[in-house]
Amino acid sequence: MSAALLEACGLHLRFGAVRALDDVALEIHPGEVVAIVGESGSGKSTLLRVLAGHVPAQAGRVLYRDAAGDAQEIGALSEAAKRRLMRSEWGFVHQNARDGLRMGISAGGNIGERLMSAGTRNYTEIRTAAADWMARVEMDPARIDEAPRNFSGGMQQRLQIARCLVTQPRLVFMDEPTGGLDVSVQARLLDLIRGLVAELGLAVFFVTHDIAAARLLAHRIIVMRHGRIVEEGLADRVLDDPRHAYTQLLVASVLSA
Amino acid sequence: MNMIPPRNAQDAAYNFAYLDEATKRMIRRAILKALAIPGHQIPFGAREMPLPYGWGTGGIQVTAAILGPRDVLKVIDQGADDTTNAVSIRAFFARVAGIATTTHTAEATIIQTRHRIPERPLREGQVMVFQVPMPEPLFKLEPRLAETRRLHALGDYSLAQVKLYEDIAHQGEAGSAYNHPVMVGGRYLMSPSPIPGFDNPKLHNSPAIMLFGAGREKKIYAVPPYTTVESLDFDDHPFKPMRAPHACSACGSATSYLDEIIADDQGGRIYVCSDTDHCGENQGR
Amino acid sequence: MYVAVKGGEAAIEAAHAWLAERRRGDAALPALTPRQIEQQLGLAVDRVMAEGSCHDRGLAALAIQQARGDLIEAAFLLRAYRNTLSRFAACEPVDTGAMRVERRISATYKDLPGGQVLGPTFDYTHRLLDFTLAAEGHAPQEAEAAQPTMPRVTELLAREGLMARDAPDDGTPPPDLTRDPLPFPTPRPLRLQSLARGDEGFLLGLGYSTQRGYGNAHPFVAELRMGAVEVMLAPAELGFAISIGDITVTECQMVNQFAGSAETPPQFTRGYGLAMGHGERRAMAMALVDRALMAAELGEEATAPAQDAEFVLLHADNVEATGFVEHLKLPHHVDFQSELEKLRSIRAAWESQA
Repeated sequence: MSAALLEACGLHLRFGAVRALDDVALEIHPGEVVAIVGESGSGKSTLLRVLAGHVPAQAGRVLYRDAAGDAQEIGALSEAAKRRLMRSEWGFVHQNARDGLRMGISAGGNIGERLMSAGTRNYTEIRTAAADWMARVEMDPARIDEAPRNFSGGMQQRLQIARCLVTQPRLVFMDEPTGGLDVSVQARLLDLIRGLVAELGLAVFFVTHDIAAARLLAHRIIVMRHGRIVEEGLADRVLDDPRHAYTQLLVASVLSA
Repeated sequence: MNMIPPRNAQDAAYNFAYLDEATKRMIRRAILKALAIPGHQIPFGAREMPLPYGWGTGGIQVTAAILGPRDVLKVIDQGADDTTNAVSIRAFFARVAGIATTTHTAEATIIQTRHRIPERPLREGQVMVFQVPMPEPLFKLEPRLAETRRLHALGDYSLAQVKLYEDIAHQGEAGSAYNHPVMVGGRYLMSPSPIPGFDNPKLHNSPAIMLFGAGREKKIYAVPPYTTVESLDFDDHPFKPMRAPHACSACGSATSYLDEIIADDQGGRIYVCSDTDHCGENQGR
Repeated sequence: MYVAVKGGEAAIEAAHAWLAERRRGDAALPALTPRQIEQQLGLAVDRVMAEGSCHDRGLAALAIQQARGDLIEAAFLLRAYRNTLSRFAACEPVDTGAMRVERRISATYKDLPGGQVLGPTFDYTHRLLDFTLAAEGHAPQEAEAAQPTMPRVTELLAREGLMARDAPDDGTPPPDLTRDPLPFPTPRPLRLQSLARGDEGFLLGLGYSTQRGYGNAHPFVAELRMGAVEVMLAPAELGFAISIGDITVTECQMVNQFAGSAETPPQFTRGYGLAMGHGERRAMAMALVDRALMAAELGEEATAPAQDAEFVLLHADNVEATGFVEHLKLPHHVDFQSELEKLRSIRAAWESQA
């Protein structure tokens, strides 16, 4: 395996007659932000789920280089090992906060869960860490005992992010993290993510149909269509000088930010 | 006091202890597996018994499977020998097994219980059989059995720890007054059955064998003697056993678990030992 | 000084004596006999046999009498008795295709080989209380059951390729719900066993929910048949199967839509229901729930309660359910005491902070 943090090759996945993933290969390096863009049905969300180990591909493999430097094939991991990975070195931010949070558990409990899962047994320590992270994602720590069902959509997303980052992951997957939010809320959330990514040196795969978000956050962009990667490269290059006809269409259809 | 109580007359229409030998063998195998993996729930083919599900069929099946002609059986419910269901179960075994029965903890070889552990420390050679309604310690947080099975296999108890965190955050202390989950042998989270938290410490390092039977849910689990059993808590919020801060009106004990009795129309209260045998011993009877 | 309350044993004896009195009722009236119950309350007997998992009309009738008409209590009595019986053999699967049909209808076809046979049904009665029954009405005529050939409707559909066939019997003995605990996920044979003895009301509610949109699969009654089937047993000494008697069963096959998948073309699927005695409501509800529980296997999204196997199978058994629900009557004062102490403690902390 190269110096890449995560590397995928030859990924195939079909749902009936539909090719969701058609010979997809890519990689990501530590500290790199990669946006996967495309319209609905392009396969981008499926790709994210396969990379994150939620869904197995029918062919191909995904390799991850863990903190110890060992290459792990995600498809071959035991469920116990995968769970450990997902709660420590990886994070996943869902498009819908309800999928990534326990809605009936307080904000503090949500953030603290990963710590408790990792074996932390000191209540004060957990609570302090939770309050700390709430501040870092620009939430009011005084709301630590409130349940997320009382929070706005933007706040729920921030909570999700805090919940993922509390164990200092190396790789985070985000599925349309700003989808369904107000434009102004989106902008602030993107700013927050950009700051945290830089500060923590995170590698991020994020899926979006929002070209502007991709431009703001990503180092590299991968363009998908009908399950295939049609173009990839540095973000500015892809957006300013799109080569594939489809990319040109995508870029042209977005009003300049 | 040290005489072995007389045996009862067994009803010849039934096999010894009611169950057929094949069923007993099946239950014993489950018990052996349970003892080999302390705190882990073993599925077993529970049968309908002449008492309803939810009324102790699990405990009855475990007792029936381990009972021998020389055993002396004590049955308690809420700590007392004389509550209706304890009377009913004791009479059942007297009839179908003809074994001797007793109300004295010291004399018993097998003690079947619902919701309490006797105050008198148990000794080697004694077996406690607990009646368990819901064997799964996580059931209130996650009702799906397929999911909790996976969590036990992965040793993933963060759900229970999170619930504990929530209780402390919202009300200052752990929420479970009874059936407070315990970690057995440092590996499996177990429901101690609905005993009050006050009784949890008695499970730790006990010389006796602890067997747990859930008939309706069809699970058996066990804690062998001298096993580590720790109530779930945080380092800086340790588990605290609770009892009413009074003394028993009958024997004066300030350390036993007490029943609260409404004594008069004005709502006056007195407190009496829940463990009737213990109370009687303290009074010198 | 307080003296602990005693006398549990005497109290129980007195309760049982009172129960026996109540069971007999007014001594001036003739006592019921199990034979009367078996003959004249046949549908109650059928339900108790189904939920007691034991085909014995006499015992079911006795249980109903002993239970004072409480059918769940009667099913429990029968189950407990069943557990004392030794099991020395398993019979062959009953061949409902060879049934001596008393009643057979199909909603999917107006007419079909063998015809629509109404049999003894309430379906077309007007629900007006018949006071002549109270005045000892006449005995009904026993209709001679004609038996032309009656092919299965589902077979007709399968031959056209429109309905999937069930996997053929490979000879492995089916698992037995009454011997081993239910595993999850639960294979279909065990699901069907569980539904066959599940509470009729619970199954009815769940089946009804599927019709109202909670996991709908557009059901049709392909066929409902009720009648006598032979019970065949092959003793080792003989080496061939002999008939040891016959029992009445009710069988319902429901036909449902199915969209198809990557590997299979769109076709009908079947929900199956089977009940001891004459139990149409049970058989039909069972067929609806059977189909709903196939959601996972057919790759359908399982969103409704009837599609949730753990929810359905763990709560369908009324003997388990009644035991646990009613056990709340048992003393719980020790646990309640600990709740009292906890609440007092939490309130004290709360008040001291206020």
